[in-house]
Amino acid sequence: MKKILGILGLLIFICVATAIMSDRFLTEFNIENLIRRTALFGIISIGAAFVIITGGIDLSIGSVVCLIGCLLPHLLIEYEMSVVMTLLTVAVISLLIGLVHGLLITKMKLQPFIVTLCGLLIYRGFTRGFVQDQTQGFKGGFEGLRELSQGQMPLPGTEFGIPNPCLILLAVAFVAAIFLNFTVYGRYLMALGRNEDAARYSGINTDRMIILAYVICGLLSGLGGMLFVLDVGSAQPVDFGNFYELYAIAAAVLGGCSLRGGEGTIIGVVIGAAVMQVLKNSITLIDAIPTNIEFAVIGFVILGGVITDELIKRLHAKRLANARLKNVG
Amino acid sequence: MNPTPSETEASDQIPLLEIRGVTKRFSGVTALNQVSLSVAAGEVHAVIGENGAGKSTLMKILAGVQRPDAGTLCLDGQPITIPSVQKALELGIALIHQELNLADNLDVASNIFLGREPSRLGWIDSKTIRLGSLQYLKQVGLDIEPTVKVSELTIGLQQLVEIAKALSVDARILIMDEPTSSLSQRETDALFNVIRDLKNQGVTIIYISHRLTEIKQLADRVTVLRDGENAGSLRREEITHDAMVNLMIGRDISQFYARKTKPALEPVLDVDSVRTSTWPRHPVNFQIRGGEIVGIGGLVGAGRTELLETIFGLEPAVSGSIVVCGKSLKLRSNRDAINAGIALVPEDRKRAGLILEMGVRKNIGLPGAWRQRIGQVFLNRRQEKSDSDKMIHEMNIKTPNDSQLVQFLSGGNQQKVVIGKWLAMTPRVLLLDEPTRGVDIGAKQEIYRLMEEQAEQGVAVLFVSSEMEEIISMSDRVLVMHEGRLAGELARDQLSEESIMQLATGSPLVRSEIK
Repeated sequence: MKKILGILGLLIFICVATAIMSDRFLTEFNIENLIRRTALFGIISIGAAFVIITGGIDLSIGSVVCLIGCLLPHLLIEYEMSVVMTLLTVAVISLLIGLVHGLLITKMKLQPFIVTLCGLLIYRGFTRGFVQDQTQGFKGGFEGLRELSQGQMPLPGTEFGIPNPCLILLAVAFVAAIFLNFTVYGRYLMALGRNEDAARYSGINTDRMIILAYVICGLLSGLGGMLFVLDVGSAQPVDFGNFYELYAIAAAVLGGCSLRGGEGTIIGVVIGAAVMQVLKNSITLIDAIPTNIEFAVIGFVILGGVITDELIKRLHAKRLANARLKNVG
Repeated sequence: MNPTPSETEASDQIPLLEIRGVTKRFSGVTALNQVSLSVAAGEVHAVIGENGAGKSTLMKILAGVQRPDAGTLCLDGQPITIPSVQKALELGIALIHQELNLADNLDVASNIFLGREPSRLGWIDSKTIRLGSLQYLKQVGLDIEPTVKVSELTIGLQQLVEIAKALSVDARILIMDEPTSSLSQRETDALFNVIRDLKNQGVTIIYISHRLTEIKQLADRVTVLRDGENAGSLRREEITHDAMVNLMIGRDISQFYARKTKPALEPVLDVDSVRTSTWPRHPVNFQIRGGEIVGIGGLVGAGRTELLETIFGLEPAVSGSIVVCGKSLKLRSNRDAINAGIALVPEDRKRAGLILEMGVRKNIGLPGAWRQRIGQVFLNRRQEKSDSDKMIHEMNIKTPNDSQLVQFLSGGNQQKVVIGKWLAMTPRVLLLDEPTRGVDIGAKQEIYRLMEEQAEQGVAVLFVSSEMEEIISMSDRVLVMHEGRLAGELARDQLSEESIMQLATGSPLVRSEIK
């Protein structure tokens, strides 16, 4: 809870600071755009969070975004597949990717870092070969489908609306939070992330739960890839989704996930994703910060966040130790 | 400090190492209380005691791993402090750990010189390392190439390499912590020869063990620790089995825990020709009735833990059948075993028993979560709460509230959480692996009481223990394992430390017959 308040404070601080330093921040266009980007990144960050909670990592998220993002228009335009068939195909592919990751990690006992690093290389390489490095777009069609990302639900009585990706994010986050906090399987994920052996000795099929986490991550990466391409309208296989896995992992960590596993909340991850997007946005808007140092700024903010967290944790531990010493003495 | 009369009487020379009034506490638990003892140069000094008596803590202090809260250490009559392992080595004190500390991916010679590699211009001088190591290998009677990888050696040989490594830093005092715990008889004999050789070369040896027969063979002097205090020392001519046991226990074994026995009920667990994957050549057969408490004795590594985990479905069984209350179990299915009513309290609670960073309630609720879920998916929080309240009350778990992280509980209370999470499942077969390891005396008694209560309710209780007193006083009968097979079974009136040890070490039976 404290962690969520901390990251929420950081988000508000960046928003206020940017609003003061740039008059373009609080425009309707900017805010709508910001919410849309946050929603898209929030979805893949939740996927990353599931894997991180098991104590694993998924480096292939960006490449899955690229694969699905290119495949979707490619199947619709070049193969002239129906919309339903296309959606079904990309969903199955995303699911299979997660399943294969999970099986390799649990049954072959390979390290998640290696498995998904190979995934990162394979899916991007495959995509580039498959579509011959050609930019994939919708050629002006499929307006209805693109509404999924571009449209918004009007708020009655106002001239504003909620962007559709935001609604999708809310739905995903709601289901994910219920899953983690109120279902047996969520409890299992948290437990095995802390101590896989103890979870196994408690009768939990840990392999199956870990596989499930990678499948969820694969599906959400695929969903993200689809929404990203529907939003932008075209995808270049060379760099579509580049570094997205790092944004997702960073958002999860900022939001309170520990890479050691067993820790994290969905709401925290969503706020973490928002911090990443607002930060990017403010670097673009504030003229005093040159845009080309964007990565450095983001890096420093994340580093500052985790250092603060660690210091607070140590202070807490020290207080606890002192309290116990007094009890003993 | 003036030597007391008794000390001058005991030896007319200055002891090589003297420990005076050493005290060490861990978060409120006193591990060592005013312990004094002196070690003469060139002797084999055995330090014995029950688990938790403070042996390992004392040795860690000598080796610079831990620092005492109070007390002084003297070497050659000079007061010393040992703030680090490095300093201990400089003083000539080396500890050979229970678990070996070799880098098994490197060869023997590199391990001997690890951290002190002779080098030329920054390059490791492999030739000097290789030739230099030969001398130390010879000293411990090891006739192997120094270029052999450590991982290719047996545990016994690795132990000798570790000793050679200690000698290479000119160790005058070698501390060996349970060196034979995972050795075969032949390896043990070889080790003893090396120890006698070293003694003749003037090396002083402090030997920690709880195997009394070994100590009779080896020791010049024995010091017994009990509950963190020095319970007394014995000179060579005074070392007898009974004398050591009396000092170790400080009370009659029969008074250790008075167990009431009751007639047993129907067979609950039937293990028929089960072969574990670790010891696939030895089928194991036994039956346990409801209301029985059966102990499994044997040395570390005899296959006891593997047997329990196989019954629990965690380790794959190669073949055989396991029947609980007439229902045959699927082998290799942990879930099936739990469904049939089998519970396992594992040996290492921190690794396998608990999620340390989770609260008491959630830990207790973990094994039962999938049974009590609502609509196949959702946690039944009310059930979890009532289960954990019941267990905290019945097991007398001392915790400020039920969401306290278990890592902040004492060892005894942690163990009660592990037992509680399984009792909440109302098991028919309760398997416990070293149930009282690392818990204080009070919690031990409570755990014994719980085991008895379970038996009285008709549960079949099967427990593994390395503590002789525990196994002798708690068991209705004892199965003894040796190198993966059931070496024999002892009825309650046949139980003694000797009879168990004989079966456990694979010696031919004298007093009892194999089933």
